[in-house]
Amino acid sequence: MPAELIRILIGLVAVALSVGLIGLVMVWVERKVAGHVQRRPGPFEVGPYGLLQPLADALKLVGKQLFMPDNADPILYWLAPVLAFLPVLLLFLPLPVGDGLMALDINLGLLLILAFSGLAVLSLLLGGWASNNKYGLLGAARAVAQSVAYEIPLLLSVLAVCFVAGSLNLATVVKGQGTWPWNWNIMTQPLAFLIYIVSALGETNRAPFDLPEAESELTAGFHTEYSGMGFGMFFLAEYANMVVVCSVATALFLGGWNGPILPGPVWFVLKVSALMLLLVFFRWTYPRVRFDQLLNINWKWLLPLAVANLLATSFFVKLAQFSEVRW
Amino acid sequence: MNVIKEACKTLSDLWSLMVGLKVTGKYFLEPQRTVRYPWKAVSNIDTFKAHLVMVPAKDPSKPKCISCGMCALACPSNCLTVVKRKAPKLTPEEEKAAAEAKAKGEKVKDKTPKDPEKFLYDYTLCSLCGTCMENCPVGALAFKGDVYLAGYSRKDFHFDLVDMLKNQAKIEGLDEAAAPAETREA
Repeated sequence: MPAELIRILIGLVAVALSVGLIGLVMVWVERKVAGHVQRRPGPFEVGPYGLLQPLADALKLVGKQLFMPDNADPILYWLAPVLAFLPVLLLFLPLPVGDGLMALDINLGLLLILAFSGLAVLSLLLGGWASNNKYGLLGAARAVAQSVAYEIPLLLSVLAVCFVAGSLNLATVVKGQGTWPWNWNIMTQPLAFLIYIVSALGETNRAPFDLPEAESELTAGFHTEYSGMGFGMFFLAEYANMVVVCSVATALFLGGWNGPILPGPVWFVLKVSALMLLLVFFRWTYPRVRFDQLLNINWKWLLPLAVANLLATSFFVKLAQFSEVRW
Repeated sequence: MNVIKEACKTLSDLWSLMVGLKVTGKYFLEPQRTVRYPWKAVSNIDTFKAHLVMVPAKDPSKPKCISCGMCALACPSNCLTVVKRKAPKLTPEEEKAAAEAKAKGEKVKDKTPKDPEKFLYDYTLCSLCGTCMENCPVGALAFKGDVYLAGYSRKDFHFDLVDMLKNQAKIEGLDEAAAPAETREA
């Protein structure tokens, strides 16, 4: 048992390190992509290609004074950013980066991820509610309505893949897929993949579904009142959530660590990076949707499609089992 | 039927998302349009409309201006003031001649120089509309001032354009004097 504990501890340290690194790199990537899409250079002054810009930003954030508005709830107000960030560390534990390379090898890994990613909504709600600010409250209300709605198609699309693989352990799902793209689950479950990506955008509050922090309407939504690292924690959590979402998509649909020539972890990181880049491109391509459109997309399209997809998948899975027994 | 129609519309809308990604992807790969300013200036800086200056006449220290005041009249921001020269004091003989001419019914020629004594220009008020240039009958005004103009107070932007022209001519004259003859020809 101590060996297992040490493994988890090492995993946690590695995860904390990589989350910090991912945050820095993603800030740079986001700003560079935004710049180039708009035909600007993006950050280029600090360090080569502006690579040290996020470090300077982080230093600035750390050095800033932490403010709390009058009549805000002090406990909830300071709890919210911590609550946003801490569960994210836990989400990284059951991610299979390589064959056997995961911090926590449990057979309900996917369930753990889905359950603890639900906590993120609570932190947004607490942060918005405790700020004693109308923008914050509106942002929090939007965050809850959105996340609750988008969690359902997300779960259903994930479930369809798990039916085929017959397991909630991400490593098992990855092992069920082959080396080449046509052996991956995306070939058998393209609709589930589409639903998953769209709902994941909604879950992580990324543009075009970034209504809880819509700056043109709500200044900054739920984190309007947060300064310095209070805001930094929310920011870091957003990017970490993105990585988790992309990693799960990679493991479920894109063959995880499977790939030719290169070692497994490299393939995993490559696939996750490609997905992250796609999400960044989404943000700088699509305008923000209206709130009614947001919920219409979910309830009228994603949810029925996900249910139909799940029913069809379970029908074929049962059919396959039946024919195996008969044979 | 309605459901099918709506489904088809949604599918075509999904295609528009792909088109959007194509556009941003194309722009992502294309060269940037911005110039990294402090390190590199734009190539067409001469076309930049800086503040007003006076166009010199044949003598580079004298403006073309005839002090008619049309520019100040037309200026919507009231940022121009033309101070005319006073008539020169006449010698007794000249005065006599003028009186004689008047008595004969001839027109007395005004000896007052036409170029203004001062041409006050408040750059803080100017909106660079160019109406003064359009209304100038002799084309004595132009947007050709210092592009990199900066100052510490509003007073730094209250110019006398006649003075400015004189200084400019002086500096250019010095430059020309300092430069060797061969380069001047070149």
